[in-house]
Amino acid sequence: MESIKLKLLQALEQNHRITGKTLATMFNVTEDEILKNIKELEDAKVILGYVTLIDWEKTGHKDNVTAVIDVKVTPQRDVGFDVIAERISRFPEVKGVYLMSGGYDLSVMVEGSSLKQVAFFVSEKLATLENVQSTATHFVLKKYKQNGIIFDEDKKDHRLVISP
Amino acid sequence: MSRSFVKKSLAELPSSGIRRFFDLASTMRGVISLGVGEPDFATPWHIREAGVYSLEKGYTNYTANCGLAELRREISRYLRQNFQLDYDYDREILVTVGASEAIDLALRSVLEAGDEVIIPEPCFVSYKPCTVMAGGAFKTVSTREADHFKLKPQDLARAVTDRSKVLLLSYPNNPTGTIMTTSELLQLARIVEQHDLLVIADEIYSELTYEGEHVSFASLPGMKERTVLINGFSKSFAMTGWRIGYAAAPGEIIAAMTKIHQYTIMCAPIAGQMAAVEALKNGTGEIEKMKAEYSRRRGLIVNGLRQIGLPCFEPRGAFYAFPSIKETGMSSREFCEKLLQEEKVAVVPGDAFGRCGEGYIRCSYASSVEQISEALERMGKFVQRHAGKGAKAPTSTIPFAEIAR
Repeated sequence: MESIKLKLLQALEQNHRITGKTLATMFNVTEDEILKNIKELEDAKVILGYVTLIDWEKTGHKDNVTAVIDVKVTPQRDVGFDVIAERISRFPEVKGVYLMSGGYDLSVMVEGSSLKQVAFFVSEKLATLENVQSTATHFVLKKYKQNGIIFDEDKKDHRLVISP
Repeated sequence: MSRSFVKKSLAELPSSGIRRFFDLASTMRGVISLGVGEPDFATPWHIREAGVYSLEKGYTNYTANCGLAELRREISRYLRQNFQLDYDYDREILVTVGASEAIDLALRSVLEAGDEVIIPEPCFVSYKPCTVMAGGAFKTVSTREADHFKLKPQDLARAVTDRSKVLLLSYPNNPTGTIMTTSELLQLARIVEQHDLLVIADEIYSELTYEGEHVSFASLPGMKERTVLINGFSKSFAMTGWRIGYAAAPGEIIAAMTKIHQYTIMCAPIAGQMAAVEALKNGTGEIEKMKAEYSRRRGLIVNGLRQIGLPCFEPRGAFYAFPSIKETGMSSREFCEKLLQEEKVAVVPGDAFGRCGEGYIRCSYASSVEQISEALERMGKFVQRHAGKGAKAPTSTIPFAEIAR
């Protein structure tokens, strides 16, 4: 990969809100070139999206329930786990799907508006899929850190305004 | 008037120019500061955790005067691995309270009254006062932007007198961010040897070298026996507040430094020393991450300063840019004062680092990308507003005392 693309990815991984203008200054190229490269990375699905991480609990508006579900499946000839994993991924309630090593096969993260809704999704949609052998649902009680960001971390700059 | 009990030479010693500017800046609200000489990262967690663990385990005692053996062993290994330097942890390494203490100890250990210390400027604020407090005299050597603020051998040769004893080198440099290559250092080494000088090499920013590898002065042929290498954990591992530095030097000098250290300091704090062990054992990955981030900001600030019309040579180390503000017609103090009052951006006037720093400002990029962008925006407005005025500066209201010889 071209070095400008690599540099862009490294910068954007830290902070995707960094503007094209700032990136252009940072790497001493035109803003057009920055935007063109980002577009190419998006088209190639190297950059998959930009996410806003919200602590909904603080808003009192939305009280979502998250569950991590261990799923055992029967792998299929030729395609292994891919087809079933993709099928599970399509449900909008499903926020993450990972193939795991160890005691079960897929780890599925599900989000719903209530415990009941998530339980319903598991029993009606997930467990009933062909090739799914079993599920074990674990509800998330509290989030401390997500996507590398610590909830309620003190980010205050404690440094003196000027120092030698 | 009552009698003053403070000794005269100290009463006459000016306090740091930075300090006074700080007093002004810290009273204002909404200031974006590019005036900070320390990392904006907190110490990596695994290092902090090692400090916490040491407290939990009850390590709250003194250590050996020269520091924990385990730490000195790690320092020795680190110096060998990174700079091909061979120091005996038992005789040739002293752990100090920050690199600052090591600088003071080194000067106090070698200077007789009137001995001269050659100090290239611009440089860190403590070299001259520490020299004076150690009873020595300093001889500054100006460096120039055209030479990227590198010390030129001919300028060094001219500064040597028969009282010269020490050359104080500091690369990567605070405030300019300049570094020296092997061949450039070799030219200096020749003069050092010729005049039988001791070099105090303050290499506290060694890990923050963005292009090429840092060359430790002591690693040059024949230089180890005439070098006091000073380094520490503050900048490389974002551990400023822990106050752990060290000196590596020939046993005789370390023994002398340890004498002063044992009677004045006793030992560096143990929690910091234990955290430093962890830093050297497992900290390389974190250094690389921080370095990559600094380097991105370096591009942003250097190009950004150039775009707003402040010429800036490319710093290759530390975390400072040192642009010229000469075209504004203002003195650096005036520039900084007005910038602070009008746009609430704090930068440090170049003359705080020596007379030849006049006409420049030090901008630290140990700040977030957002802060740097916002500061550049404000500075751009400021420069535009004052462009071409060129009027001679009225006298500053903030005295930035230059230490007189």
